[in-house]
Amino acid sequence: MAVSTRYLTQKIAKVLVWVGALSTIAVMLLILLKVLSEGLPSLGLRFFFDSPKEMGREGGILPMILGTAALTAVALSVATPLGVGTAIFLREYTREGRISRMIRFGTDCLAGVPSIIFGLFGFVFFVIYLNMGWSILSGGLTLAAMILPTIISTSEEAIKAIPEKYRDVSYSLGGTKWQTVIHTILPSALPGIFTGIILSIGRSIGETAALVLTAGSSLLMPTSLFSPIRTMSVHFYILATEGISMKMAYETGAALILLVLVVNTIANWLLNRYVRHRS
Amino acid sequence: MSAIGVEGEIMAPQDKIVIQDFNFIYSELHALRSIDLKIQSNEILSLFGPSMSGKTTLLKSLNRLTDLIFGVRHTGMIFLDGMDIYDPEVDVTHLRRRVGMVFDLPTPLRMSIFENVVYGPRLSGIRDKKRLTEIAEKALRSAVLWEEVKDRLHTSALRLSGGQQQRLCIARVLALEPEVLLLDEPCSGLDPISTLKIEESLIELKKEYTIVIVPHNVQQASRISDRAGFFLSGELIEIGTTYQIFTKPKDKRTEDYVTGKFG
Repeated sequence: MAVSTRYLTQKIAKVLVWVGALSTIAVMLLILLKVLSEGLPSLGLRFFFDSPKEMGREGGILPMILGTAALTAVALSVATPLGVGTAIFLREYTREGRISRMIRFGTDCLAGVPSIIFGLFGFVFFVIYLNMGWSILSGGLTLAAMILPTIISTSEEAIKAIPEKYRDVSYSLGGTKWQTVIHTILPSALPGIFTGIILSIGRSIGETAALVLTAGSSLLMPTSLFSPIRTMSVHFYILATEGISMKMAYETGAALILLVLVVNTIANWLLNRYVRHRS
Repeated sequence: MSAIGVEGEIMAPQDKIVIQDFNFIYSELHALRSIDLKIQSNEILSLFGPSMSGKTTLLKSLNRLTDLIFGVRHTGMIFLDGMDIYDPEVDVTHLRRRVGMVFDLPTPLRMSIFENVVYGPRLSGIRDKKRLTEIAEKALRSAVLWEEVKDRLHTSALRLSGGQQQRLCIARVLALEPEVLLLDEPCSGLDPISTLKIEESLIELKKEYTIVIVPHNVQQASRISDRAGFFLSGELIEIGTTYQIFTKPKDKRTEDYVTGKFG
């Protein structure tokens, strides 16, 4: 009796686990297939290199691609040093205590804030109070605040995973704390930190709500950090919700997916090369 | 570095390290109990005894690696060439370059063989490529590893065998030209042939360095050391020449341990 019950439980568990895994894959495939099947057939190379015409009914999305890239670059170049620095502080420069608990609580809170709130903050603080206007800079700084928790927590995990013996070695060879961080901790943690950066790139490319409020929705080609821009996601959103062109919306979506794929592939390739080089 | 060497010669102390009434306490555990010990220049001193007897803690106290552990304290003094190593004025990175340490398991850093060896010299500010190459060759030769790796210095250190990795770790410490070499069960993960090679190189190294080793068994202590000290539960039970300790121990506990009645 007991044996058959255990056997049955085993069977049910197996089915549940499989259903979970398969439905995850199915949902992902459905979304990808839908967007790609609608967008890919009419997607030409020109779409990537043309400016939009007639509000986006015709033409391409070059300004959006450049704007998205610039915005992501600003966000990463602000959030990465801050985030990695915080992670190093938490793991190497302080012990578990009030300060580290406060920082962790703060980043957890930051991670839980809905993006529209970030948008509102960015709008009030960067766009209006600091008078940066709708711009790559305003949007990028807002995004930086949004991706900071991800970068901190992935970097901290990566640093935590480094065996204590590497620190001992570095210190025993006369390394100072900073030298140990630079020559031993960071190189070993780099793959993990990189993962956080890739996740953050995804978040940056996908973010919409906060960016309408901070980076604007201009169709013009960006010329400086103070140019207003429209990211690809915002473009997609506006094309779809304002009934401008579903066809172009899907093409933008497909282009977005392809670009994310390319970025992730390159990033992974670089990462593997780095890891192989070091082992 | 050289100034220190000269200073050491002027003082010409027979005793390289003097430990006086040294106690070490982890938050709960009294790991070392009033240790008095003198370590002479150019000797190999073995510190042996069952695990948890405080040998590693004593080694790590000698170059203040214990500073990295949270919630510990110590009393008593340790002198290196007459200098109190716990004096607040002491530059601890400098101390660690003078008192190098090799750990129980090979710990090559994830970089090339060459980069591993010159890690310490680089941190101390040597940039010149030619000088670093010379240092690396000298250190690898001293650790009897040069012949095996000279053609692949720039491949990853992780591809070496365990024995080679441990000799690399010794070379890495030698590259700093330390005065004292601390070895914490350096052969514990190695096969007998690798162990033999390391032991041979240690006997060679004794000419230039003062060596304190925690051997991984009693036999190793008897093979390589000039003097041996027996530790039990944080106390230094007995210390003497290796011959005396292993043939005519004065303390019953030492005798029981070296004859294998316990341990």
